[in-house]
Amino acid sequence: MAGAEKPMFAMDGNDVPFEPGQTILQAALAAGRYVPHLCFHPEFKPHGSCKLCTVKINGRTVASCTTLAKQGDEVESETPEIQDLRRNLVQFLFVEGNHFCPSCEKSGSCMLQAVAYDLGVMAEHFSPFFPSRPIDASHPDVLLDFNRCILCELCIRASAEVDGKNVFALSGRGAKKHLIVNAESGRLADTRLAVEDKAMDVCPVGVILRKRRGFQVPIGERKYDQHPIREVAVGKATARHASGKPSPQGPSKEGA
Amino acid sequence: MSRDLSAILARHQHDPLRLVQILRDVVEEHGFISPGTITTLAERLSLPRGRVEGVAGFYAFFPTENAGRYRVLFSDNITDRMAGSVELRQRMLEAFQVRDGEVSRDGLVSIGTTSCTGLCDQGPAMLVNGRAIPRLTRARIGSISAMIHGQAPLDTWPANLFDIHTHIERKDLLLSTPLAAGAAIDAAIARGPDATVAQVKASNLRGRGGAGFTTGVKWEMCRAAPGEAHYVVCNADEGEPGTFKDRVLLSDYADLVFEGMTVAAFAVGAKRGFLYLRAEYPFLLAPLEATLAERRKAGLLGKSIRGVADFDFDIEIHVGAGAYVCGEESALIESLEGKRGIPRNRPPYPVTSGYLQQPTVVNNVETLAKAAFVVMHGADWLRVRGTGRSAGTKVLSVSGDVARPGIYELPFGATVREVLDLCGATDVQAVQVGGPSGMLLSRSEQHRRIMFEDVPSAGAFMVFDDSRDILQVLENFASFFAHESCGFCTPCRVGTALQRRMLSALAKGYGTRRDLKDLARVAKVMKASSHCGLGATAGNAALDALEKFKPAFEKRLGTLEVMPTFDLDRSLAPAREVTGRDDDEAHLSHEEEE
Repeated sequence: MAGAEKPMFAMDGNDVPFEPGQTILQAALAAGRYVPHLCFHPEFKPHGSCKLCTVKINGRTVASCTTLAKQGDEVESETPEIQDLRRNLVQFLFVEGNHFCPSCEKSGSCMLQAVAYDLGVMAEHFSPFFPSRPIDASHPDVLLDFNRCILCELCIRASAEVDGKNVFALSGRGAKKHLIVNAESGRLADTRLAVEDKAMDVCPVGVILRKRRGFQVPIGERKYDQHPIREVAVGKATARHASGKPSPQGPSKEGA
Repeated sequence: MSRDLSAILARHQHDPLRLVQILRDVVEEHGFISPGTITTLAERLSLPRGRVEGVAGFYAFFPTENAGRYRVLFSDNITDRMAGSVELRQRMLEAFQVRDGEVSRDGLVSIGTTSCTGLCDQGPAMLVNGRAIPRLTRARIGSISAMIHGQAPLDTWPANLFDIHTHIERKDLLLSTPLAAGAAIDAAIARGPDATVAQVKASNLRGRGGAGFTTGVKWEMCRAAPGEAHYVVCNADEGEPGTFKDRVLLSDYADLVFEGMTVAAFAVGAKRGFLYLRAEYPFLLAPLEATLAERRKAGLLGKSIRGVADFDFDIEIHVGAGAYVCGEESALIESLEGKRGIPRNRPPYPVTSGYLQQPTVVNNVETLAKAAFVVMHGADWLRVRGTGRSAGTKVLSVSGDVARPGIYELPFGATVREVLDLCGATDVQAVQVGGPSGMLLSRSEQHRRIMFEDVPSAGAFMVFDDSRDILQVLENFASFFAHESCGFCTPCRVGTALQRRMLSALAKGYGTRRDLKDLARVAKVMKASSHCGLGATAGNAALDALEKFKPAFEKRLGTLEVMPTFDLDRSLAPAREVTGRDDDEAHLSHEEEE
């Protein structure tokens, strides 16, 4: 196969081929090996903020989404130490926001929830912050629920790079860092966001929601209800899904 | 208002790269940055509005709502607290009947806290509308309060209130070698750029800002990197609590620092340089500008320096706006470009892709000062002092429980004991070397040596005697990191907040054994996965203390299996305030004590 000519690194003892210029995460996903991640999206430049994809290379911990793959690297990913670290990071994200899965429209297609299941996170462990984050229902077609924001900046990047609208941005810093919209009123209705925008389809959690679409797909039949995220993320599940029964709305746009 | 903005924008050539400087001027003139101002600035600078709002919201000294005509910020380093800042702040809050961090009803004054202002040798200190006032006493607070009550303009306040003293207690190589302005530049020109870089490399000069990267290697990489332009940046964003040596170097040795920058520019081929000055040192701005003007007049800056065709170089001063993270070199560059100070993904490093993605050398103030002498006197000038891997001397900022706080220049390899003896410290319980991100040393570690091989230090040396509560020290450090985390990455953003909560609970006696385990766990998560040095080091002090000061924690632990992590009765205070009740029935504490 062509793989024979490609450079390789080892991840948890398995050879992973890569193209020069690929990061460890990109190469691993392409080779069908899942590494948990949230702020990474294949269509955007790696960002490296959630740190869930942290791996250990030669004793150093690095974010695999922003670290270029190198021939001969020995990468530790699903070791007890690294998985523990990832569990803590997921717990950090849960306690920082207000995440109530049972009442969330995104439950079942939420990456944070799916990653938590994948890692076996059973509880938040740390005391929740219970931040006060009012929702923005001003837009006729879109609801913003900031309570669930994990600050991955995907909507910011999509709106700036694909839509050319800069609808979203960040303000504040530290634990007070928060998503803002591009309007003096602070209201989404006063921005140029449209439902067709790329920014509508990249939120890994339940911040950016289409109005009048709630619970159209029943709980239990959603993206990660059907297939674990470690299959979806490496493209295995899509193939299986396509051969299975079609979803009621055709190709799902949720949590793309 | 709009006309003011036009003047400010014109002063900055409508350059979006100068956004942080523009916002500084807005605050200077308007007191805060209103939503309407943000909209106007965004339109005039052709920036997305959210981008401007994001920058305004990032820096501590950019209020986005009315913060009063007098904005008082008490420096909240542990050394300020040890010198009585909490009581002084309380007095002032009472005098104006205003709550911490809030504006008085008449819009006259707001009183709050800010991270260490670098006046630890003459604390407690405060900033009023950005201007520093050191050596606070009850008397000083009294007269300041009276002047605010009387609405006296800041310019009419007695000048001696703002006097910053210089305490140099020990001079060594750097502080005692005289400089004839231009001598290091002449030496560099005589030798040529390649040999200049080689000489700095041979001296084994390492960065004095904390990381300790070899300066000559940095210059060499930058010189070799292809680019349309090269830049030299002096990192004077001295934000590590307990550090003030760069302040003194910039006040008393400014020529030397600029000489170092000019030599660096010659070595790497830079035409433009920036000095990024922390906002807490506004009193340095005018003298530094004056020094730059003199150097321009003397032909040490500008076109064809010393008659060398093509050796054009000049320096601009950029002032920060209250963000410790901007001491990280790539965050500093982001800030120089008028953005939120978020550390970049690296590689690429600034030496190949820095300011405007061009090759950029970022060096600490002290590093550049030493580089000037290395170029002037040769590599051995530095190596006569210090140890194998730590050549030369280190300028320390000594504060806390000592008889003579101030600046001490010592050869690398000096023991902690030697420093303590010099500065007159007795009954020493602990020393924090390198600031909150550095190392917490116990009394049994006074034999340890200050050098890269053992106890590295960016300059801070804070001493705590037996009367001090280590948990309060740790709580202060934890608050600092939580306040200064940029929030980019999960581990630091959430970890520093969790750490602050846990240490606050432990210091107040609401902690449990589980908190001790969690504290260590959070510190390890931050260390392993943070995006930059801020998060990676934010748990150092707690980890050190858990190992070396265990009894201080144990003494304070709750005895119960399960403890509430808060004071139940105090949590009802807002309810009492809303209902206007304060009788026994509105309190829980009596029933709790069984």
